[in-house]
Amino acid sequence: MAEIPHLLVHEQEDNVGVVVVEGLKSGTDMLVCVTHDNSTFRLTAGADVPIGHKIALKDLKEGDTATKYGEDIGKIVADISKGDHVHTHNCKTKRW
Amino acid sequence: MSTKLSDISIQAFRRENKRVGVRNHVLILPLDDISNAACEAVGNNIKGTMAIPHAYGRLQFGEDLEVTFRTLIGTGANPNVAAVVVIGIEPSWTKRVVDGIAATGKPVEGFSIEQNGDLKTIMDASRKAKEFVHYASELQREECALSDLWISTKCGESDTTTGLGSCPTVGNMYDKLLPTGIYGCFGETSEITGAEHICQKRAVNEEVGERWYKMWKAYQDDVIFAHQTDDLSDSQPTKGNIEGGLTTIEEKALGNLEKIGRTSEYIDILEPAEAPQKGKGLYFMDSSSAAAECVTLMAAGGYVIHTFPTGQGNVVGNPIVPVIKISANPRTVRTMSEHVDCDVSGILRREMTIDQAGDELIEMIRRTANGRNTAAEALGHREFSITKLYRSA
Repeated sequence: MAEIPHLLVHEQEDNVGVVVVEGLKSGTDMLVCVTHDNSTFRLTAGADVPIGHKIALKDLKEGDTATKYGEDIGKIVADISKGDHVHTHNCKTKRW
Repeated sequence: MSTKLSDISIQAFRRENKRVGVRNHVLILPLDDISNAACEAVGNNIKGTMAIPHAYGRLQFGEDLEVTFRTLIGTGANPNVAAVVVIGIEPSWTKRVVDGIAATGKPVEGFSIEQNGDLKTIMDASRKAKEFVHYASELQREECALSDLWISTKCGESDTTTGLGSCPTVGNMYDKLLPTGIYGCFGETSEITGAEHICQKRAVNEEVGERWYKMWKAYQDDVIFAHQTDDLSDSQPTKGNIEGGLTTIEEKALGNLEKIGRTSEYIDILEPAEAPQKGKGLYFMDSSSAAAECVTLMAAGGYVIHTFPTGQGNVVGNPIVPVIKISANPRTVRTMSEHVDCDVSGILRREMTIDQAGDELIEMIRRTANGRNTAAEALGHREFSITKLYRSA
C-alpha cells in the first residue's frame, strides 16, 4: 500500500476506527483501512485527534452501541458526528 | 520463515532437571524483608551474583503465605538460575525454601541470621556464593531446541495500538510456536473483564472453560466487589490507557486477548506462581495485571522468556527472566526507543503484516535465548514484586 493509512478499523461491522498517525488535523481527508480484509475508504476528520484515539465512522446517537473488533465495547452517551473524536467524554462501558 | 520452526536450535543451559534456561544467574534470595540487607551485602561482596530484595515474608499466613513460598521457591528453581543462596531470619522457613529449590537438583544453600547476626551470616554466605559463581561460570551453553522454551506474556501501558499490532504479534508467535511444543502462559485476571465470555470459549474444552470462569468470577466477587469504592473506572482502563485512546474496559480486554492469537487454546488454569503440570501447551495463570507482579509470578511458574507488548511504553523488567518489549506505537518507538526490542509499528503503516511481525518476534526470542540482552536487562530493570493477597497477621 503506497499511501499510509490515517485510520485503522478492525472489522467491517465496527463503527469506530483508530488514528494511527501523529498530529492528525481536523479536515484531513483520511485513508481508512479495514485490517480484516485490507479494504479501504476515505473519511474526513472532524476534529484534531491524537494518535491511538478513536473516530466515528458514521453518525452515532446517544444510546447507540460502540462496536470495535466486531464486539460491543460500550454505549454512546452523547451524539457524535461522523468523523468526530470518540472517547471517555461520549462513550462509556455498559458495566457500571 | 525458511527453517521449520520445530527445527530451530538455540544455545542454552540444560539444567539438572532437564529444563532449558537462557540465563545463568547466581541468586542471593532473601526469605523475608529483614534479610534483604544481608543479601545485598553478599551481592556486593561476590561479583557475578544478584541479590533480589523484596518486601514480604514475615507473619503471612494461609494462601497468602503459600503464594510467597511458591514465588520464592519457583524463582530459585527457574532454569535461568544456576545456583542459589537463601538467607532468612530463622532456619525453619529458610529450609523450606532451600528444600523446594533443591528438588530441581541445582546447588542451593540456606543461611539464617538468628544467633549469628548479619556479619557472620554475610561472611558464611559470601564464601558459599563465591563457590557458586565459580561453578556457574564454568557451565557451558549447549544446543537445545527453540521448542524447549517456556514463553510467557503480559502486556502493559496498553493503548489501541496494542490491540492492532503488538498483542496480535505475540498471538501470531503463539499460534506458530505452541504446535512445536513450547509452554505458553497468559494471565491478568482483572484485565480479561469485558471479554470474559470470549476468554472462556478459548479453553481447550468446556470443563477447563468453566473452571476458568469460576476463577474469574471469584476474583470479581471476592476482590473487586468487596473492595471497590465506586467502580473500577479510575483504574481500569488506567490513566495511561485512556491517554493512549482506550475508552472502556471492554475495549482494553479485547485488545489484551489478541495475545493468544487465532487458534491457540489454553489447557489448564494455574494458581499464582504455580508451575504447569499438564505438559506442553498454553496455560492461564490467575495473576495481577500489575506488570512487575505478573512477570514475577510467571517467572516463578518456570517461564524463561517473557514477551511484553506495550503501547504507551511500560519499562518493566525482571531479575531472572529477559522481558522482550514489543511496540506498534510509532510515537513510543520514537520517544522511548531504548526500551523497545521489537518495533512492529510497520503494522500500523500497513508495511508489515501480522505474520511478518510474528516471525520477527520469533527471531528476537531466538536471539534473546542465545544470550542477547533485552532492553530491560541493559537498562537494569530487575523488578521483583511478590503478590500479596491480604494483610499479614
